Amino acid sequence: MDSATLGRACLILALGTALYGVGSGVYAGRTQDRDWAASARRAVYALSALATIAFLLLELAFLRSDFSFATVASHSSTTTPTLYKAAAAWSSQEGSLLLWLWLLSLWSSLVLYLTRHRMRDVTPYATAVLCVFGAFFAGLLVFLASPFDTLASVPSDGTGLSPLLRHPAMMIHPPMLYSGYTLFTVPFAFAVAALLVRRVDAEWITATRRFALAAWFFLGIGIVLGARWSYSELGWGGYWAWDPVENASLLPWLTGTAFLHSLMIQERRGMLKIWNASLILATGTLAIMGTFLVRSGILDSIHAFGASTLGTPFVVFIAVLICGSIGLVVMRRDTLRSENRLDSLLSREAVFIANNLVLVGLAFVTFWGTFFPLISEAVTGTKSAVGPPWFDRYTVPLGLALVLLSGIGPVIAWRRATAVNARRNFVAPALGSVAVVALLAVVTDAASRPKALGMFFCAAFVFITVGQEFARGVRARRAMAGGSIPGAFVSMIGRNRRRYGGYIAHVGFATVLVGVAASSAFQHAKDVQLLPGQTARNGGYSFHYVRATSRVVTSAGRLERMEFGAVIRVSKQGRYVATLRPNRGYYPVNSSFAPISSAFDGEATSEVGLKAGLTRDLWIAVQPDLTPLRTYIAGQEQKIVGVMQGVVQKFPNVNTAVMQTVVGRFVAQRRAAVFAEVDRRYVANTPAASFRVIVSPMVMWIWIGAIITFGGGLIAMWPAPDGVRRRARGRYAARVAKELGRA
Amino acid sequence: MDPARKRTARLVVALTAAVLLAGALIYTSFSAGDPSVSPSRLASSAVPGKSYQVTGKVADWQKSGSVQHFVLHDRKGSGSVPVVYNGPVPDPFRNGREVIITVRKDGGAFVGEKDSLITKCPSKYNNKATPS
Repeated sequence: MDSATLGRACLILALGTALYGVGSGVYAGRTQDRDWAASARRAVYALSALATIAFLLLELAFLRSDFSFATVASHSSTTTPTLYKAAAAWSSQEGSLLLWLWLLSLWSSLVLYLTRHRMRDVTPYATAVLCVFGAFFAGLLVFLASPFDTLASVPSDGTGLSPLLRHPAMMIHPPMLYSGYTLFTVPFAFAVAALLVRRVDAEWITATRRFALAAWFFLGIGIVLGARWSYSELGWGGYWAWDPVENASLLPWLTGTAFLHSLMIQERRGMLKIWNASLILATGTLAIMGTFLVRSGILDSIHAFGASTLGTPFVVFIAVLICGSIGLVVMRRDTLRSENRLDSLLSREAVFIANNLVLVGLAFVTFWGTFFPLISEAVTGTKSAVGPPWFDRYTVPLGLALVLLSGIGPVIAWRRATAVNARRNFVAPALGSVAVVALLAVVTDAASRPKALGMFFCAAFVFITVGQEFARGVRARRAMAGGSIPGAFVSMIGRNRRRYGGYIAHVGFATVLVGVAASSAFQHAKDVQLLPGQTARNGGYSFHYVRATSRVVTSAGRLERMEFGAVIRVSKQGRYVATLRPNRGYYPVNSSFAPISSAFDGEATSEVGLKAGLTRDLWIAVQPDLTPLRTYIAGQEQKIVGVMQGVVQKFPNVNTAVMQTVVGRFVAQRRAAVFAEVDRRYVANTPAASFRVIVSPMVMWIWIGAIITFGGGLIAMWPAPDGVRRRARGRYAARVAKELGRA
Repeated sequence: MDPARKRTARLVVALTAAVLLAGALIYTSFSAGDPSVSPSRLASSAVPGKSYQVTGKVADWQKSGSVQHFVLHDRKGSGSVPVVYNGPVPDPFRNGREVIITVRKDGGAFVGEKDSLITKCPSKYNNKATPS
């Protein structure tokens, strides 16, 4: 059996297994039969084994450059570097869907293994819901988008991975996003199951909290990697454009972040049950919607979409998820009543609710702006679109409120804050933040940008409140157990990872938004045309175009790309700062009719010149003018094509393969000579090139802030030591006993 | 105040705030949105001075210094409009590629707004080769 047939068989079996999991899970849920529940769980394990085999087969096909696979021929080539060959598997529609199924099956197996002895009434239904997701994606792979379709005529080489995707961040961006999406289906499935069996205490939340946190963690990393790729690869100097595809990943992240905060209220006070169930159901649905949006073409986006047959199944599936979720919450509204009321607006619960409203508000703004073309067309008959200024109008104030609340939330008291509590926790941070802002207003020109200044105030408030909490915690720890300050610090975090991980995440998030505010408000961007020897000035820096560069890059003896670039010397007030080397690579397309010009007719990508620093980034991209070279290239091409045609006409009886070899050698020799001459001419007689020059402050802090945020998330996710876990279990058991007593 | 009335008051305030925010959102989106049109619709109904977001396929791209001249064609259909854009083009920009750009009518041509040119990235889920 060849690997394509084996892959197809795996997918068909995966579909059958997932459908069996749905049936057996529902039956086990209705009858509470443990054997059927175990069988449904094993179906998920089998699904993950089958999806793993299928995914490995596809990866092997990419790594072996097996162009008999249609998807390999379309998305890889012999000149694609090995690491990118592996990543090319998920650059295709079919491969990305298989990645979705594979990750979904792995996470589903993990959660069902961890909960195999718990919530015996809930898990069978959760298994069934997870299998519904599995069956949907397996069905798409079997019927509509098979990665194992083969070609009747196998090409000698493939099209190659889009050069834009040849970036380390792009290798791991999709698996991160998909991990986030698929992990969100876990709490979704358990929420549905808990609602079905009317078991609406916090146990389903406790069982899946880490999965929700992991989903937030991976999805967030995926989003940041996408932003980083955009900044360093796309040649426009930005990291976020409010494009529908970006927004599609942001939506579940925002609602997921809200859920991670509000679930604490349900765990601790038995409140917000309807809200939490609705939030996670919305998050799961948005995760599917995010997957759908990048495939549908229903919205105009920076991403082009191939004609896809997947739209209808996705729309139907999303409609079922939305209707089912709303119906379930409405039907169970009586059992979802809160056990407690909000005691005061000055309490941690109230701040968490405010934080949730802000996050959901941000999600709503993002959703509205993303789908506005469809909404406006439905309402007015004319399709309209809103741009970044519209998004900024709402997201900036909401972002300010969010950062401020992330400073207040961790330190305000539960139930009701007293004046003493407020004084103790907020006076120093408020005064400190005012001092920071006053200093910035005096020392820098921050006063001219009130929104940015507002963000600096809010972020300073977070840094000081969280710093204050850490200082108090370390003091208390040392008073109890002694030891050094670093030792007490580490021990304190280790013993209460969830709390301090959350604090660290808040600091990281505030840092990200400081970077965003500073780089947006104080960026200097300029488009200039320069000849070698000329200088452009921007943001206090001089960018001197020293000389042009050019080179031919080959891989496995074949042309990979032609590169034309520049050497730029950057100085400030006469003092040397950096040398930047931006270039633009031109990738070839296969064409025997245009053997020379085809070298420039493929994709072109910028490699930006970047000098990143803690205070500012110097960023430059070049667009060389190849017009003067085109005449030379066209002339040479005409000559070569003439010789080729002459040879073919002169020797009509020569074997085709022999002729192809001879002509191929000739063309390869001539191409090499022409490229060398193109190289020489570009450097010797360089035309003016277009440059985009950006001086952007504090961009680095966006990436550092993201690392801090997700580091905090990792700490919060990490399992607690045994002793602490035992105490937590004890507390939980006491709470369950209390609830049973009530019942 | 009695707790039940207090809760009702809070709910009313919260709902009012939500309605106001949603109202502002809806109003501004309809007033700030640029009509999103095809090249043929733009050619037939554009009003001078008004902004339009147009999506179409690039043809006849010519560069003169930093000024780009190109024609935008309908995705399907035969309508087209000439566009002048001053500034560098995104990496994937080339003839045959689909772009989104905000333009204003100026005489016989359409002038692109600075930094509004978005070229669709061909990276997402392109069609694969035809299988056997």
